[in-house]
Amino acid sequence: MSLESVESVGAPIAPTAPAVGRASARAKAARQRRLTVYAARVLVLVVVLVAWELMARNGVIDPFYFSMPTRIWDQIVQWTLHGTPQGSLGEQIWYTLYEALLGWVFGVAGGVVLGIGLGRVRFLADVFSPYIKVLNALPRIALVPIFLILFGLGPASKVASAVVLVFFPVFFNAFQGAREVDRNLVANARILGASNRRVTLQVVIPSATSWIFTSLHVSFGFALIGAIVGEYLGAAKGIGLLVSMSQNTFNTAGVYAAMVILAVVALLAEGLLTFAEKRLFRWKPGDSGSGE
Amino acid sequence: MISGTPPGHVPAIELRGASKVFRTPSGASHTAVRDLGLTVEQGEFVAVVGPTGCGKSTTLTLVSGLEEPTEGEVLVGGEPVTGIRPEVGFVFQQDAVFPWRTVLSNVTAGPRFRGVPRAEARERARDWLGRVGLASFADRYPHQLSGGQRKRVALAQTFVCDPAILLMDEPFSALDVQTRALMSDELLELWGGSHGGPAASVVFVTHDLEEAIALADKVVVMTAGPATVKQVFPVRLPRPRKVEAIRLEPEFVEIYREIWSSLGEEVRITRERGASRVA
Repeated sequence: MSLESVESVGAPIAPTAPAVGRASARAKAARQRRLTVYAARVLVLVVVLVAWELMARNGVIDPFYFSMPTRIWDQIVQWTLHGTPQGSLGEQIWYTLYEALLGWVFGVAGGVVLGIGLGRVRFLADVFSPYIKVLNALPRIALVPIFLILFGLGPASKVASAVVLVFFPVFFNAFQGAREVDRNLVANARILGASNRRVTLQVVIPSATSWIFTSLHVSFGFALIGAIVGEYLGAAKGIGLLVSMSQNTFNTAGVYAAMVILAVVALLAEGLLTFAEKRLFRWKPGDSGSGE
Repeated sequence: MISGTPPGHVPAIELRGASKVFRTPSGASHTAVRDLGLTVEQGEFVAVVGPTGCGKSTTLTLVSGLEEPTEGEVLVGGEPVTGIRPEVGFVFQQDAVFPWRTVLSNVTAGPRFRGVPRAEARERARDWLGRVGLASFADRYPHQLSGGQRKRVALAQTFVCDPAILLMDEPFSALDVQTRALMSDELLELWGGSHGGPAASVVFVTHDLEEAIALADKVVVMTAGPATVKQVFPVRLPRPRKVEAIRLEPEFVEIYREIWSSLGEEVRITRERGASRVA
């Protein structure tokens, strides 16, 4: 790949004024660094988009397959202003989001309850673990056609696909979380008079939450995938349907546009989740999960 | 070597020929303690010293009811231990306060688990937080406290349940030397029956002989693992004691020398075994 050279100026390193307090100089340097990072990020995006656009326009890559940023943008604008063939764009997003969220909630609830349950009750874990391993080894995305036959073209089949995709990562993390609880904490709770139920509710679940939360981030992505694939295979509304319609009319810009919209939705959902996590983990020392 | 008990008298804790064999993950069996005989009288402060990893902690888990002996008997108040008893308190070596609960909530945990109404539990917890000097830290989370402060939370968490039997597993070993001396003094003060009732019977496991002598009425020396009681030394230093000051008393030094002659040999055996295992 040959990237077009783009004129760019690196952030100049300003000489620091003498005799300024060292603390303020350091704060300034930190600010400077942050700005440089942001500028570099924007630059990377611009370079990629410009290179894509130029290569598509000059025929280096075939715009029929790869489309180009301006066309994708036009497509998004058109959908936003004039609606999609199946109705307004907002409606499509809402449908997909609704199916993904519903599937996610059911999948997470099932995964957490079963994960903690099996993590706590040795007997159940011993009985069920081979079956869970087998189910996990199945290519679950291949179940989506069956759900379509079972539940029809409505949201139910998409919710079901999202559930199967979400359940397993959440289950395994909850199970592991319940297993890895600090034995000292459990012993302490028991000495302090906690019943088994209390140990589960007030020691195992709180200490497993950080395990569970890591899986929640991944699993929301899976829920979206489940909903999209379901819609792609057959639906009346949704972004997945937009993808498949665009594909059928050889409108690659439409496919990419749908992907961009999905990415934005997923990022927003991720942001909400991070926000909830911060609220929930006030008890944790602040060094974890800064994401920078 | 069990001190003679007069008939019709019930000691607080009694171990009779107790052994504990663990099964290691590889399937081999590991004897932590064997043929353990030990008596703790009501209100007595007993320190258990022994080489590192000899099975001192196992003694405590047997008394607490967290583990059952493989052989022999463990009696608390004259009754065999079959599970966790409400009158037993346990202070762990590692941090065992709940990190997701605030300091106050940590201290209320015990009473709440035991069915005390919320308001009363909070009142008792605040009282104990005051006694350990953490009244103004009630709303903090454990990670916001220093190691010594967290230990104080653990003490308050245990004392708020009013234990008649107090088991302590190297509770101060993770603290720096100054904090440790301070905590020892505070422990003696709390134990000294500041709540009016009879003082708790304490079993305090440590590998620090100085700490053991400064705190205890009786020092039990364990053998190198598998541990059993080697010798019991009475400590007749006057109370109330201040650990920093008492260390310098000639009597203290004399007891130290006497016990070390017994303990030192076990430490040497353990060290040699470790060396041969490495070699």
